[in-house]
Amino acid sequence: MSVVAPLSFQDLILTLHDYWGKQGCAILQPYDMEMGAGTFHTATTLRALGPDPWNAAFVQPSRRPTDGRYGENPNRLGAYYQYQVILKPSPPDLQELYLGSLHAIGIDPLLHDIRFVEDDWESPTLGAWGLGWEVWCDGMEVTQFTYFQQMGGFDCKPVSGELTYGLERLAMYIQNKDSIFDLVYNNATADRPAVTYGDIFRENERQMSTYHFEVADTDMLFDAFKKATAECESCLQHVLPIPAYEQAIKASHIFNVLQARGVISVQERASYMGRVRDLAKGSCQAWMAKNGWAA
Amino acid sequence: MTDFLLELRSEEIPARMQVKAKEDLARLFNDALAKAGLAAVSVETFATPRRLALIATGLPMATDAVSEETKGPKLGAPPQAMEGFLRKTGLTQDQLIERDGVYFAVVEKAGRQTADVLAEAIPAIIRAFPWPKSQRWGAASVSTESLRWVRPLQGIVALLGDDDVPCEIEGICSGAATMGHRFHHSGTIHIANAANYAAKLRDAHVLVHFSERCRIIRDGAKAAAEAAGLRLVEDEGLVVENAGLTEWPVPMLGRFDAGFLDVPQEVIQLTARVNQKYFVCHDKASKLANAFVCTANIDAHDNGAAIVAGNEKVLAARLSDAKFFWEQDLKVALDDQAKKLAQITFHEKLGSVADKVDRVAKLVRWLVEEGIVKGASADDAERAARLCKADLVTGMVGEFPELQGIMGGYYARAQGESDAVADAIRDHYKPVGQGDDVPMAPVTVAVSLADKLDTLAQFFAAGMPPTGSKDPFALRRAAIGFLSLLLQNDLRCSLKGMLVATGAGASFAILEEFLIDRLKVQQREAGVRHDLIDAMFSLGGEDDLVRLLARVKALQAYISTAEGANLLAAYKRAANILKGSDPVSPALDTARDALMADPANIALLSALDIAEPQAKKALAAEQFEDAMAALATLRAPIDRFFEEVMVNDEDAAKRAFRLGLLARFRDAVTQVADFSKIEG
Repeated sequence: MSVVAPLSFQDLILTLHDYWGKQGCAILQPYDMEMGAGTFHTATTLRALGPDPWNAAFVQPSRRPTDGRYGENPNRLGAYYQYQVILKPSPPDLQELYLGSLHAIGIDPLLHDIRFVEDDWESPTLGAWGLGWEVWCDGMEVTQFTYFQQMGGFDCKPVSGELTYGLERLAMYIQNKDSIFDLVYNNATADRPAVTYGDIFRENERQMSTYHFEVADTDMLFDAFKKATAECESCLQHVLPIPAYEQAIKASHIFNVLQARGVISVQERASYMGRVRDLAKGSCQAWMAKNGWAA
Repeated sequence: MTDFLLELRSEEIPARMQVKAKEDLARLFNDALAKAGLAAVSVETFATPRRLALIATGLPMATDAVSEETKGPKLGAPPQAMEGFLRKTGLTQDQLIERDGVYFAVVEKAGRQTADVLAEAIPAIIRAFPWPKSQRWGAASVSTESLRWVRPLQGIVALLGDDDVPCEIEGICSGAATMGHRFHHSGTIHIANAANYAAKLRDAHVLVHFSERCRIIRDGAKAAAEAAGLRLVEDEGLVVENAGLTEWPVPMLGRFDAGFLDVPQEVIQLTARVNQKYFVCHDKASKLANAFVCTANIDAHDNGAAIVAGNEKVLAARLSDAKFFWEQDLKVALDDQAKKLAQITFHEKLGSVADKVDRVAKLVRWLVEEGIVKGASADDAERAARLCKADLVTGMVGEFPELQGIMGGYYARAQGESDAVADAIRDHYKPVGQGDDVPMAPVTVAVSLADKLDTLAQFFAAGMPPTGSKDPFALRRAAIGFLSLLLQNDLRCSLKGMLVATGAGASFAILEEFLIDRLKVQQREAGVRHDLIDAMFSLGGEDDLVRLLARVKALQAYISTAEGANLLAAYKRAANILKGSDPVSPALDTARDALMADPANIALLSALDIAEPQAKKALAAEQFEDAMAALATLRAPIDRFFEEVMVNDEDAAKRAFRLGLLARFRDAVTQVADFSKIEG
């Protein structure tokens, strides 16, 4: 067997782009707003609604302020990257397509133990749920595989298949690294050395953790949450579901920062999440109505 | 006679659902057969992650022909009745037969081909299948009425003998083709008939017998541990779960850094078991070893080296997270953690967890100071109560909620609390349901009892008892725990007194009844009769549950003897005669001398004179067997009385006297138990 150098972080993304592009997916760019997961991208949330076919793949930078560890934990980040694929309606060979993508990035299923382990996905802030699995590679969760049943409180007609790859975990696996920060990001040439994930992002992790846990102005954030809520409602009144939804995303992120800052009590938590869910649901409802789709 | 094979192939079925799915498939299939008048000699079911299958043997090729007779109108009935009957049956009048003045329609139903019955039954079984959760998928899901299955259904194999049973559901057509192992076998496999199903799949790296996969995992995991000089911590739940995750299970041993063994072993075991489905191992000294056994689903071509390395890495990452939480939590005193409980709602009507802790702490002190829980220091007990919920806000319990209590025990010991206090914090959730260990250490008993008592009293006082199958606050479990603690520790006290001490509210009638009901459920397993519990409880005044149960047991022992059964029969007879009449004892005294002549009367009366005070004395001394023995002396005289004496004598004075005598007998028995509640 010839020894091939494992994919760099960027080649992992490029390989997936190439693979899913060949399957007929539109390769999109990340949504240019702070969000907790690729599912928040309008290409997933809004496009999962309605009858029109939709096939897309994209990287989504995902922010989880409470998961920040000042760049000191080798397995946790406050900001990371998800690779998201959405296929609507879910094709009959979705599992085969997915396994083909693992093959493309160099995972041999007769050398590594690939398993589909029950994991039903639910996003309380999006009013969404689906059935599926977390996909294990030698015991490590590398992908969330979901058949969306509801989005924004509406039945998905038809059902979309959604794949969410954790890029850092997958790269750690492929490159056999024990720390995210040691991941090789790009490909060295004779006169240009490779950089690591840590070279690029560790300082961001340090500063953003300090900001989210210690510095963020909570009065400003509470105020911003209120304003985003009001703005969302105003957009809905003007029958503008996309800008309304953007305000819902904004409110969701502000809520996440407030959580990290530790100023939302357990009692209040559910009520804040409920408010974000109402905004997201309202936006989805307006999107359905604007397109003339029946619930 | 022939055999039938059905395989429903789908994307991966959750492991936890497979055993139940096998049962459901057998049941639905047998029902469908029975409805058609068919039966199989045997039905065997199979489940793997990707298929649910069934083999029925000894099926007839067709159902028997039957002639069905339907009763129609009488001769000479109005013409409308006849018209209606003919319309319903689709016959003409000359096709009817007449018997005893009534028309009958006789329809000869030819036997049906079993294949036809099955072709109809398969889609019906699929549509009716009771998965705990099911989904829609694919293009058909534009309609919410589209087929649902646990995960997308991909193929159906249906073979009767060597022949296809053709059927179709939402574009999936049955046939003889299936798939082998996802990675070890590519392309389709053709199954000839039920007899070669298992063998064909075995050749394609699929073991369809759930029990065989379980055995391979059970034995293989044990052997892997032994080969490393270790002993597997057996776990049948994990065996079954891994069997549900694999079609070709291969257990393998991996290692982790011994440095992680500083973390409490429950944490290691939990993260290995719950998150990763790994077994853990003990070393020769029965200490947790730095090894685990994972179960792969392939025979890897490097013999699993890469798989073991990968799993080791995942576990190391999880353990380093756990170690981080452990070390962080140790930096904060439990007293400081406890302050944060004010932020956690216990229930919106019942305040925060801090409020609950405060109530429990007071109740604990009361239980000890009243002498209900003996052998505990009130200060220790209160200290344990004040800290018992503090671990809820630690990082570790946030990550592993199942470790509540256990972690609190570790953190308490680490900050220098006494063993009594740390043990109480660790064990105060116990017993969790029937069969769990019941705490016996006094401080633990006090905290555990107070915690459950508070929960019960508060929820009932706030009007939130369990209803029907709904018990969102697990009050039934709390009640069983409460009762087990009382009974096993022989805690003597008035139930009412304890309920009042909770300070939860005024009336506890519903809660008392609920607890008695739970007592019946709990004691059923021990063979204690529920009607005897009622017989004691309905006396009123007996709310010391330990004493109540002792009385019930003495009663049960007596009632189950021939003598006891006779006495019960005599009681019922007496109560029956007395029903409606309300005899007055004075008649007894005044008429006594005149009416004493009857020897049966004399015998009963003198027996009562002795037995009544004896029983009373024995009850006061809690000598319940003696009380029963006193009652037993009444058996012969009451039998004789019934044999020789006519109660309803024409002479009013005699009748009143005899009724009075019977009433006295009834009351003597009733001071021991309310025999009217006893069944049989």
